Amino acid sequence: MLLGVFTWTEFAQQIVSGLRDGAIYGGLALALVIIYRSTRAINFAQGEMATFTTFIAWSLMNHGLSFWTAFPLVLAIAFSGGVAIERLIIRPVENGPVITIVIVTLGLAVLLNGLMSLIWGGGNRPFHGPFSTRTIDVGGVPISVQDIGIVAVSFALVALLALFFRFTKLGLGLRAAALNRQSSELVGVRVGWMLAFGWGLAAVLGAVAGMMVAPVLFLDPNMMQTVLLYAFAAAVLGGLDSPLGAVIGGLLLGVTITLLGRYVGFVGQALKLPTALLLILLVLLVKPNGLFGRVAVRRV
Amino acid sequence: MRLKLGLEVLGLLVLALLIAVMPRLVDNFTAYEMATVGMYFIALLGLSILTGYSGQISLGHGAFMAIGGYTTAILSVDHGVRDLWTIPIAGLVAGVAGLIVGVPALRLSGLYLALITFGIAVSFRQIPIKFDHFFGGTTGKVLGLLKTPFGLSATPEDWIYYLTWGIAFVLLVVAWLFVRGKPGRTLKAIRDSEIAAASSGISIARYKMIAFGMSAFYAGVAGALYAIARAYMNPDVFPIILSVYLVAALALGGIDSFVGLIVGATIIYVLINRADDVTGWINHLPGVSLDSKRPGMPDVIFGAVLILVLITLRTGVGGALRRAFGPLTTRLYSRS
Repeated sequence: MLLGVFTWTEFAQQIVSGLRDGAIYGGLALALVIIYRSTRAINFAQGEMATFTTFIAWSLMNHGLSFWTAFPLVLAIAFSGGVAIERLIIRPVENGPVITIVIVTLGLAVLLNGLMSLIWGGGNRPFHGPFSTRTIDVGGVPISVQDIGIVAVSFALVALLALFFRFTKLGLGLRAAALNRQSSELVGVRVGWMLAFGWGLAAVLGAVAGMMVAPVLFLDPNMMQTVLLYAFAAAVLGGLDSPLGAVIGGLLLGVTITLLGRYVGFVGQALKLPTALLLILLVLLVKPNGLFGRVAVRRV
Repeated sequence: MRLKLGLEVLGLLVLALLIAVMPRLVDNFTAYEMATVGMYFIALLGLSILTGYSGQISLGHGAFMAIGGYTTAILSVDHGVRDLWTIPIAGLVAGVAGLIVGVPALRLSGLYLALITFGIAVSFRQIPIKFDHFFGGTTGKVLGLLKTPFGLSATPEDWIYYLTWGIAFVLLVVAWLFVRGKPGRTLKAIRDSEIAAASSGISIARYKMIAFGMSAFYAGVAGALYAIARAYMNPDVFPIILSVYLVAALALGGIDSFVGLIVGATIIYVLINRADDVTGWINHLPGVSLDSKRPGMPDVIFGAVLILVLITLRTGVGGALRRAFGPLTTRLYSRS
């Protein structure tokens, strides 16, 4: 593979596109972390949920709505969908073995994937995002407006979420329910609804990630399958129970993978995914709690 | 205990007889279909050893099937090995890959193992694309057409049927001997409490790796048979979703029930090979008309049934059947 001449301009562009990918991975990883903290399970349907909501956005825009009109509508739909999923299908298996929850989310992934091809048909289609793809000059480096927009939207979302968790009573309840279920119940936190709320939030985060990534990739029912693996890697890297870790893990991963793909000829485009897998493996073996996770103590 | 053993042996004999006479009862195409079901059955059998007896989960068995398929394709296309002899080699290569995956699995609990193996399922297809000189890239490799060897007087379809189900039968007996003897007890002990098992002097590492290697061996054999039957191999022969289907079908059928595994294998066959027909069947229902260009109905049904079964039955269809038909089938199928 020809690497071409190294220029700082291109290097800077690669960093920006890595940050853009990383912001998306981080968003989806954050969704995984929120669910992991409340349910102690990994939601393998997270990718499919995100793609599904992106298809809803596509439909709304096809009916003449502008992106920014459709955006809040889609978020509301995603939130109700997430809550409904938790209430209807996760709650009955909530106290079962983790494997059962994992398989239920796999079933959900298959179900949603089928539903997408049933409603919208397979094959990919362009998705027109809110940002233009033209480039602007930032300190001598041409950077696409879309990349800046995606990073900005993701950061705004994470900041909002952080404020919500930190300063509202609902956010406090959510944190309490994740930290210690029984004690929270004793002081009157409605833990069941907190879990449902967590799923709703996760669905919203996924929807945003989906709508941001769809203009970059193409929209098809399997769009998020590979993105989900990167999100797993980001979440594991940051520590599965750390929201901040998920975001930082996502950005680190995005930049690293992009640079490796561009400058290490052996990795190229083809080995990006296996590299992410290797990273998950390394982190789990060397530092299982990730960069920011709490050290798990198990009582024997 | 005696009675149970007798019934199990009887069950195996009846099964052998059924396998032997089946092609006389059905046409060629059906025999070929049943052979494909048999391949998924073999893979599920391996997965059931891993998940049912050692309690580990693998979302990456589609990749082990692909390793088997590629071993067969490369050996028979590039090195002129007769496809029949590539089958055990494919099993061994996949088995060794399984042992390697089993090493980190020793340190990782269920959820993390699910993550890693899911990663294998998703990223494996990049390997043949990257090393395209060796694997044939996205075009893949074309094997010789399926034909009956050794001058046997059977149609190719009957041949692949007997080959698959013959191997399936042998592997079933091996699995049966494995799980009803010391290894099975040991694995169950590990599954139920690692700490208690370790305190009783069981080498957890060794048994977990054996279980992983063995189940990958089964998957590799299944993949080799699949490549021989299809006569081609490329990254799309074993799609990512196959790994999910395998785990899901195992959960749906029930982990330690023979009938459950057959049901599971049939479901995977329908989902992967006959999805269009399912849409057609549904269209026969009054008032329904689905666009055949929009597949997905089979997945919707499968996903919904899987979720419902897990929520309501917990032990899968096999477990429910076992409870419903009480004593007789308990002796036949339950290995506890």
